[in-house]
Amino acid sequence: MTQPLLDVQELSKHFGGFTALDQVSLHVGKGERFGLIGPNGSGKTTMINCISGALLNESGRVLFQGQDVTRLKPHQRTRLGIARSFQLPRPFSSMTVLENLCIPLEYAAKERSRLARRQEEAMAILELIGLADKAHDHSGGLTQIDMRKLELARAMAAKPDLLISDEAMAGLSGSEVDEILDRLFTLNERGVGVIMIEHVMKAVMRFSQRIVVLDAGAKIAEGTPDEIVNNPLVEKAYLGE
Amino acid sequence: MRIAPFWPLAAATFVIGVAATFYFNEYYFVAGYLVLQGLIMATAWNILGGFTGYVNFGSAGFFAMGAYTSVVLYTAINPPLFVVIPAAAVVCGLLGLGAGYLTLRLRGVYFAIATLAMAIVLETLMVNWEYVGGAIGAFIITEDVPFFASYNAYLFVLMLALAIGSVALARYLNFSRIGRGLAAIRDDEVAAECAGVPTLRLKLISTTVMGAMMGVAGALYPYFVTFVEPVSAFSLIVAVNAIAMPMIGGTSTWVGPVIGALLLGSVQEWTKVNISSELNLLIVGVLLVGFVALAPQGIVGLAQKFAAWTREQREKRRGDDSATA
Ligand SMILES: Nc1ncnc2c1ncn2[C@@H]1O[C@H](COP(=O)(O)OP(=O)(O)OP(=O)(O)O)[C@@H](O)[C@H]1O
Ligand SMILES: [Mg+2]
Repeated sequence: MTQPLLDVQELSKHFGGFTALDQVSLHVGKGERFGLIGPNGSGKTTMINCISGALLNESGRVLFQGQDVTRLKPHQRTRLGIARSFQLPRPFSSMTVLENLCIPLEYAAKERSRLARRQEEAMAILELIGLADKAHDHSGGLTQIDMRKLELARAMAAKPDLLISDEAMAGLSGSEVDEILDRLFTLNERGVGVIMIEHVMKAVMRFSQRIVVLDAGAKIAEGTPDEIVNNPLVEKAYLGE
Repeated sequence: MRIAPFWPLAAATFVIGVAATFYFNEYYFVAGYLVLQGLIMATAWNILGGFTGYVNFGSAGFFAMGAYTSVVLYTAINPPLFVVIPAAAVVCGLLGLGAGYLTLRLRGVYFAIATLAMAIVLETLMVNWEYVGGAIGAFIITEDVPFFASYNAYLFVLMLALAIGSVALARYLNFSRIGRGLAAIRDDEVAAECAGVPTLRLKLISTTVMGAMMGVAGALYPYFVTFVEPVSAFSLIVAVNAIAMPMIGGTSTWVGPVIGALLLGSVQEWTKVNISSELNLLIVGVLLVGFVALAPQGIVGLAQKFAAWTREQREKRRGDDSATA
């Protein structure tokens, strides 16, 4: 087997006495489309926080492209190629939408580029995501839906090898979901691995090649979308007894 | 914000400042010196407070340590000022770096309180340090200088050069890669980290530059007053002005503290002579409350709003014209 892009080994995370993640292992292949699902509070965002470095896990390891990144700062992981969006949007609210994208374009980039070049690249990403007409608006004043798009666009601007989208589609209309899915497929075709966290089941089932299901901080299932749909444990987790 | 070409304007300001020392009387250099001192402090405060989003209540501590660096050097070897000023910058830059390292994990009000505590600790140390005069204080005897009309004129010109240098540095930071990273930190530190911004390193650069600049503002103070003791060196008005001037001018760009310092500083010098120096803190307080409540973006923010409004009006008018045509 070739080396996975992301390899999470027996990761645990506690908040005080509460176990948010209990020895969860998962791996994502190079250029793979990976779904991470689970009921509310099952630990999906916590997992993303540990992978991106926003939280430090107490035990377990995170390997990225074979390198142990468990103790690296978030900005170091971003530079290595892990980019994430935030479920609750966190725009740089004093900046315009375009300037928001210029931050990762300037700071996460492997080599330095000129301002005009960064603005061009930012514009191209905004066009892809459907925010180009708001490029010069203040990001603090965007609607929730546009903020989610901005989250995704800013993560893309880090030019990652692994893009993690944490519920970027919540609240979007059916056609908008399709649009964003298209964009993610396009990005994936260029070789970017994608972890999609989503409550919009239709989207995550259509998008993912492989899915892991979390429930109460533990991994309860792993497989193709078909296998997941037909897994009785998953049904129980979502619908209760 | 680029209003006019910066360097020609700075050079002109300096030349006029030097020329003015031969035409105006002593009082104006003393007042001018104090305004410039406030300007450097405000510019320094704003690098951490305005650009980075960390409120520092301990400005007087950095200022006083700059002054005490001078006192120590004067007492030991009495070196020329071109040695004293960089020495104060280094001492206070390191102090800023250390303070940043210890306190930057705190956010919001906790950081502010930590900086205030640091200033109090430093003051206590100085009160108990006999070498620099302890609570009683220390005298500095200044020597005559050639070329300048008086020693105060000389200090005024030095301060003018330092102020221009400080503003130039703040302006550079404002528009540089570092400045953009600091703005991201101010807006959202976690999001900044995840966008690749090395937040700790940038914050430490920010506290170091701030400390060094405040140290420079304090370095000449002993020569200016010729007698330094802890209470006046760690003065409340220095710390309050360093916050009030940027707030009144506007904290988001380098221009704000300059405008705020020139305005508030001049008002303070005027009232000192014409009414009473006791009134100064009251004036700062009232202005600060007024601006925080009514114009939190300061004068620069008001100007930007006004510019946007006139642009809108013009476009509307143009729209009406084309509609009727
Ligand atoms: N910083 C924190 N401190 C304390 N508890 C936390 C923290 N972050 C998350 N939790 C708890 O950990 C559990 C998992 O939260 P998490 O946000 O990872 O869930 P999730 O799967 O992303 O849920 P959702 O689908 O609602 O986004 C929840 O019970 C949550 O309350
Ligand atoms: Mg979540």
